[in-house]
Amino acid sequence: MSTFDNPFDPDRNLRGGCACGQHRSAAEHEQAKALRCEPVESEEKRYEGVVASAVMRAMFPQDVARRAFLKSVGASTALAALSQFFPLKTATEVFAQAGTPEKKDLKVGFIPITCATPIIMAAPLGFYAKHGLNVEVVKTAGWAVIRDKTINKEYDAAHMLAPMPIAISLGLGANAIPFAVPAIENINGQGIVLAAKHKDKRDPKDWKGMKFAIPFDYSMHNYLLRYYLAEHGLDPDTDVQLRSVPPPEMVANLRADNIDGFLAPDNVCQRAIYDGVGFMHLLSKEIWDGHPCCSFAASREFITSAPNSFAALTRAIVDATAYASKAENRKQIAEAIAPANYINAPVTVLEQVLTGTYADGLGGVKTDAKRVDFDPFPWQSFAVWMLTQMKRWGQIKGDVDYKAVAEQVYLATDTKKLMTEMGLSPPASAYKSFAVMGKTFDPAKPEDYLASFKIRKGA
Amino acid sequence: MTSSLRLRAALVSISLLVAFLGVWHLATRSTGTTTTMSPEYAKLMGLTATQGKSAMPGPLDVGAKLWEHLKRPFYDNGPNDKGLGIQLAYSIARVGTGYLLAVLVAIPLGFLIGMSPLLSKALDPFIQVLKPISPLAWMPLALYTIKDSSISAIFVIFICSIWPMLLNTVFGVAGVRKEWIHVARTLEVGTVRRAFTVILPAAAPTILTGMRISIGIAWLVIVAAEMLVGGTGIGYFVWNEWNNLSITNVIIAILLIGIIGMLLDQILARFTRMVTFPE
Repeated sequence: MSTFDNPFDPDRNLRGGCACGQHRSAAEHEQAKALRCEPVESEEKRYEGVVASAVMRAMFPQDVARRAFLKSVGASTALAALSQFFPLKTATEVFAQAGTPEKKDLKVGFIPITCATPIIMAAPLGFYAKHGLNVEVVKTAGWAVIRDKTINKEYDAAHMLAPMPIAISLGLGANAIPFAVPAIENINGQGIVLAAKHKDKRDPKDWKGMKFAIPFDYSMHNYLLRYYLAEHGLDPDTDVQLRSVPPPEMVANLRADNIDGFLAPDNVCQRAIYDGVGFMHLLSKEIWDGHPCCSFAASREFITSAPNSFAALTRAIVDATAYASKAENRKQIAEAIAPANYINAPVTVLEQVLTGTYADGLGGVKTDAKRVDFDPFPWQSFAVWMLTQMKRWGQIKGDVDYKAVAEQVYLATDTKKLMTEMGLSPPASAYKSFAVMGKTFDPAKPEDYLASFKIRKGA
Repeated sequence: MTSSLRLRAALVSISLLVAFLGVWHLATRSTGTTTTMSPEYAKLMGLTATQGKSAMPGPLDVGAKLWEHLKRPFYDNGPNDKGLGIQLAYSIARVGTGYLLAVLVAIPLGFLIGMSPLLSKALDPFIQVLKPISPLAWMPLALYTIKDSSISAIFVIFICSIWPMLLNTVFGVAGVRKEWIHVARTLEVGTVRRAFTVILPAAAPTILTGMRISIGIAWLVIVAAEMLVGGTGIGYFVWNEWNNLSITNVIIAILLIGIIGMLLDQILARFTRMVTFPE
């Protein structure tokens, strides 16, 4: 049973089974949907559905009786009758508010890239306000700074690269401080851009000796680029140079010929094309379709000291992410986040990234609606994969308890609960298998996966 | 005579400026090659790619943009987008706070050290080691220990402006002519009175020179510090525009940083002239 189906549909079974009738059980149905942020007419409608569903269930404990009632009077009459004596509207409003936040004025840090879209747009489009929060989104100079400012509690929560909260929790490159990820920001949305002069070097085997930029050591960009190079027989530590470069400096460095290419977050990739200095070699989606990139993170301390604020923040982010996942909203979002207060980039560039119709830098216009997508569910299998790569490239030495770390940092259970309350249908399991460049990853066997790579550090 | 020299100097200055702007204008005229592309594709591309427009803005672009900024210097579009006037005010406030704290520490301390040869010798190695450290090298340490980025920025200003003042104060105090001190002693002037009426006026020009060097360094450092820390200030403005690859705004910021730096320096130069005495 999905919480946002119509509770006034007489043919619908309110307990057990599957709402659409195509699956044997609700779990199976939900797995099939695997969180697509199904189109919901509006958030209010969705909440109303959840509340109405509960009321109907309370009034007619027997499904047979409820169906008979609905069949005899009709759904609209039933709805009218129900709202006569039960204040559905008020109940819905109360429900959407949940607990009062302990702290209303919050600061959330972000890096000006399109990965942060849900975090940023939630401010101009009013998602934070809707959940009773007054959030100031603060632009930050770099990943190390955002890490330090969040650890120092200048920010209550922040936009971080998906592996960063894991690295911080493990104490890699910083003091070990328990951090948690309630929501992934975006999936896909990165790309490998090469300098215009490499137009004919499309085969990675010819890339020996080239210099590439990545935004940060603990980033999906680093792991994806290394993975891609290694799959083509290049050792990323000895055959090429990888440099950590802040995204805005990547385009300038590419123009100045200091680097040959980069795997960077978007609006930087498209910006290099827009300025005529590079071309899109490959979308990160072609390496791993549906890979996570950035996350919304907060320290454990904040979560325990202000649980209601944290829940409201997560709800706002999940709402914004659901909104951003719909193609028809993307143009409006591009305009909302382009001004200097937010990303500070030309609207054309952001539109190309978000709508997926883009110039590839080689004279062609390509369309890929899933170039960047938004999906909040923090799959713990993502965390396990990142841990295997951290170990593969020597960032973690020794043994790792993959599952324990993944479950401690990626709050799949809490997010699932929140999403269910919000009327969304989260997936049943927090682990899923996926394929990276055609190679299947089984989250249950990380060590075997790690052992299967020929090219790795110190092996 | 002097007025004609001034006039001639001004003429040379202006012609240099005109020549510079002229060369700049010619160098940034659109010269790049334009490749033919489909209109659909061209719509998605920037001017650099479509019209071969130079990535470097010309003086006219900068002038127009500067006028735009000057028309509304104090707008506030939220936490990440404020007018240039507000950004400059933030930077000046940070520099002012850090610098004043440094004055409060450096001058009394320098006085003590300068008046005591023992302390002067004992502290010398520490000062010599601490002095050449780039102020930005303190930044990670400050962020880590102070746990507040705006106070860290002020700390960095403090630490970079303290050394020139301290050393100059020590030097000025230690270098007061012995005859004057002896005369004061003969007249049985007390230590405190001697410090304020004899040593301070004598050392003041040197101390102020130290202060003048310090303010210059502080202004140099604030831009870099704000680029690192972000949030507000002219350094953040440069970084934010750099993010958008807007060279025009970066040039405007450079110009303004130069002008403010010059003004700060001139203020202290005036103070120095006030305390200087002919010997």
